Amino acid sequence: MIKLNRPSHMAVLMLGTGAIALAAMIVHARFSHNITQVAAHASIVKELGLTDLALFTEARYTRHPSQADLHTPFQDHPLSFDHFPSGSLVPPQRHFGGKNLFAPNGAKRP
Amino acid sequence: MTMTTKPFATTASLMTRFGVAKQLYLIDFTLGAMKRRTGRNVMLFAVYLAIIFILGSVMLFSHAIRREAAILLEQAPELTVQKLRMGRHELINGSELETLRNIRGVRRAEGRLWGYFYDQATGANYTLMVPSKHAKNHALNEGETIIGSGVAKAKGIKQGGYLFLLSETGKLTKLKIKQVFSQASALTNADLILMSEPDYRRFFVLPTGVYTDLSLSIRNKREIDKIVEKAAKKMPQARFITRRDILRTYESIFSWREGLLLALLGSSLIAFTILSFDKASGMSAEERREIGVLKAVGWETSDIIAMKFWEGALVSLGAFLFGVALAYAHVFFFSAGLLEPVLKGWAVIYPRFTLTPSLGGIQLATLAFFTIVPYTAATIIPIWQAATTDPDEVMR
Repeated sequence: MIKLNRPSHMAVLMLGTGAIALAAMIVHARFSHNITQVAAHASIVKELGLTDLALFTEARYTRHPSQADLHTPFQDHPLSFDHFPSGSLVPPQRHFGGKNLFAPNGAKRP
Repeated sequence: MTMTTKPFATTASLMTRFGVAKQLYLIDFTLGAMKRRTGRNVMLFAVYLAIIFILGSVMLFSHAIRREAAILLEQAPELTVQKLRMGRHELINGSELETLRNIRGVRRAEGRLWGYFYDQATGANYTLMVPSKHAKNHALNEGETIIGSGVAKAKGIKQGGYLFLLSETGKLTKLKIKQVFSQASALTNADLILMSEPDYRRFFVLPTGVYTDLSLSIRNKREIDKIVEKAAKKMPQARFITRRDILRTYESIFSWREGLLLALLGSSLIAFTILSFDKASGMSAEERREIGVLKAVGWETSDIIAMKFWEGALVSLGAFLFGVALAYAHVFFFSAGLLEPVLKGWAVIYPRFTLTPSLGGIQLATLAFFTIVPYTAATIIPIWQAATTDPDEVMR
């Protein structure tokens, strides 16, 4: 039996503990996926027709980023700065704006 | 015929045979050397651990929430139709529903009623919504409501109680709370207040026949683009949002946010890099002398490099393993509480949700590569340079 009376043994034991913790996290992540619970949440989304996550509730363009039009952050004035902190975390949508703003669905207008 | 039995090799002999014993002695020596500079090494380890903890928390949170959003929003309406006027969202007339239903491939089209309400009493924004007629599990009679856990907490109410809302016209609306959504599902409904259509129209003084937007259910997903094309010709003022657009929006939000947080952390990372390189590469005269003495007493260059490798590896590997473990616990057991102020902004309602644990192999490998490798390399390279020179020259 190895005695833990040397600093190296303690170091190896510490690293081993860390490695076991990492392995335990991988196992935990793999097996704690609660399918029933996720399915229950997804069914609420489906039934109510929800389109967005309730992560940022302070402004409408951050509460429903997928539904807000491009002008909402500047609702007070065309040149006003976006004044909600979440605005810096929620970027403008990629698929909206530019040509889509003026010609829906990318259709070219004369 | 006699049989001879071969004795089992002892642990000690096995360790010697595979060079483990030698490495353990090297670790002993390294730890002894590190002990002479305890304060400096402990501080370095603590900073290293903190950096990995913060980076790991951001990475794990972003990965988990991106995954959760993808699973949940996969159930979002296949197509949402909004009316735009002067680039702004406007109420849409219910008569457009018939136009959309007549497009081949559309299974169901219905008007959605939803909007925002700022509650002056709590300072919170709520999302008010009328459940679909097909939502059997959330059907409501007049005077009833179902609320999200965030609303219940902000107002201090519970199931069976009453929700009072002062409408924009100054009239008080009283609704009986039929159900409170569980906190586990707060990610999608923390600020939600469901009410019946008559209550909703009365509350917002909305005429009949108008909706916030329209949602479409489509028979064959491959036909969505074609249906959008046909509908756009019939409704040139409308904006069409597909489920794919919603998923893409969230993908870009989380990529942006992760990038933003990592950029903010960039300055601290650079400071740490300077610290570690200074510590690891800038050898003190004492360390140079130590290497000279070791070489003079017969240590080989490989032994010295191995000793310094252990110094780098013990610090960086230890910090990585424990930093990731702390980040995992922080994100999945403590709902990423330290990231909350960043995400919450000025909002009163912030969903308290527990994310489904997920650990991405690529993320772990990236984090390990960018934290363990540079530090270990920064420790070894200058030592290798010193160890390959003549001991006499090094000691001078």
